[in-house]
Amino acid sequence: MGFLRHLLSKLGWYAAAFAAALGLNFFLPRLLPGNPVDTLVAQALRGGASSETKQRVYETYIQEFGLDQNLGAQFLTYVGNVLQGDFGTSFSRHPAEVSAMIADALPWTIALQLPAVLLGWIIGNLVGAVAAYRRGGLDRGIYLSSLFLTAAPYYCLAILLLYGFAVVLPLFPTGGGWSFGLSPEWSAPFAADALSHWFLPFLSLLLVFIGGQAIGMRSMAVYEVDADYVRFAESFGLPDRKIVGYIFRNGMLPQITGLALAIGTLVGGALLTEIVYSYPGIGTLLYDAILNKDYPVIQAVTLLVLIVVLVANFLVDVLYGLIDPRIRAAERGDR
Amino acid sequence: MNRLRALPPHCLAAAAVFLAIAAAGLVGPLAAPAGPGELLGGPFTPPGAEYLLGTDHLGRSVAIQLVHGIRTSLYIGLLAGVTGTVVGVVVGTLAGYRGGLLDEILMGFTNIMITVPAIIVLLLLSISLDTRSVTVMGLCIGAVSWPWTARAVRSQIASLREREHVDIARLSGSGTWRIITVELLPYMMSYIVMAFVIQLYGAILAEAALSLLGLGPSGTPSLGVMLHWAIAWESIRGGQWWVFLTPTVFITAITFSLLLVQSSLDSVFNPRLRARKAAR
Repeated sequence: MGFLRHLLSKLGWYAAAFAAALGLNFFLPRLLPGNPVDTLVAQALRGGASSETKQRVYETYIQEFGLDQNLGAQFLTYVGNVLQGDFGTSFSRHPAEVSAMIADALPWTIALQLPAVLLGWIIGNLVGAVAAYRRGGLDRGIYLSSLFLTAAPYYCLAILLLYGFAVVLPLFPTGGGWSFGLSPEWSAPFAADALSHWFLPFLSLLLVFIGGQAIGMRSMAVYEVDADYVRFAESFGLPDRKIVGYIFRNGMLPQITGLALAIGTLVGGALLTEIVYSYPGIGTLLYDAILNKDYPVIQAVTLLVLIVVLVANFLVDVLYGLIDPRIRAAERGDR
Repeated sequence: MNRLRALPPHCLAAAAVFLAIAAAGLVGPLAAPAGPGELLGGPFTPPGAEYLLGTDHLGRSVAIQLVHGIRTSLYIGLLAGVTGTVVGVVVGTLAGYRGGLLDEILMGFTNIMITVPAIIVLLLLSISLDTRSVTVMGLCIGAVSWPWTARAVRSQIASLREREHVDIARLSGSGTWRIITVELLPYMMSYIVMAFVIQLYGAILAEAALSLLGLGPSGTPSLGVMLHWAIAWESIRGGQWWVFLTPTVFITAITFSLLLVQSSLDSVFNPRLRARKAAR
């Protein structure tokens, strides 16, 4: 029962955060001075567009937001459309549906980020636990290099890797999701080609993520290595590998929270990495949309990222409640 | 002062690097022979005697842009860092000291702000603003970066206010304001300094990320804007290393040195880490 209550209260918080996010996504462009839609239309049409284009942009807006209604009714229209998966049509690639453009880009982003996050989390935490246990020179070396990896923004490492391993040493392709002349299909040559394009952006995400997790784990494990159970295990002469395993399990709990908190930054950073490699995912879609002032696409992408981050946070919270009985006890007030 | 002497050498080196870069941003624009927007030579001229760091896709000097860019990035970072730290400390102190309903409301709001990724809010704010001056950008970044500080300050204040000296001050009739400034905040100074360094670090990164996306400050180069043009004009694939490597190296140097300073301050101020060092 306690767990269910924990889940429900969390769900309430996330519902509030989601409402706030949806509201921000809708109202922020409207609350600022001036009539934002006029500004949007004027900006979208800067450089003398034909009257046909102008008509199209106006129609898109009127249809999408129900502009003849008041703000509250417009918001309901917007929410209704979004719930049906309708994000309107793109300005720059008319008459492409925004939802179709997102559906095209999303698999690339998932293929890039999911393995990087999961692998990076495991490797980073192991490295951090080993560093804290061994101490000395190894610890300092791992700590400084991890600090460097996290301090350098995602895209800086991506730029260095791209220049080093695709331009100076042409080991990998210089960007894109696949080679010129091929088109996405389920075949072995295309898969091999896509994999070679995938590797560098994946590697740069993985390295940054390992660095961040290693630092977090190390600072947790620093307190664990002086704990009695470690001394006890050492006095038995247990192998280091086993002791690091114990430390890992004890330091892991806070690291799961760390994962939840890192997801927002991680998704944002990964989108920027895609831009460096012109990888055909959500990040590049967003970049092109900003350059072309394609507002329906921008708003759809921001909403998507918000939803993903909230859902991921919620899942981690559920997982945490399942793993750590103390959370449930605290919610019940038993502690 | 004694505690500062305990700082490890790599921390002092990092602080020196940061100060040197900041000095370049302060003095450089005054000493530069031309403005950052002036077209001086042919496009993509490699570094040499004439142009210290070469020229970009339009023929503007990369070195002159760099010193202006450092100045812009640091200005935005400082403004956002101060805003974020001040708002965070005020919200956290109010919530932690007053408690009750105000605490619930403020922390509920803070938790929602933490869950919604700051970069997305910034992106929405930036596309809504027609012209983005450096000051507006700094304030926007500061306005979304305070929740972390608020949460941490709140938990510290909530435990500090249970101390006896605070009770004595309250019994002897000190006002809320006096208790907060005299009895509570001095204990938090080391923490606030570290929070400010982290805020500064985050703000410089946020500016670079926004500018990279093409939502940078209008009319002035910043490190992120330089990176944006370097990528937009394909200088990485074209092998014009001086164009993209310059902002990359400087962004990394600034953020790495700030993070090193912060972590060393942590090991000096945090008694648990200090004890471990002594025991070794």
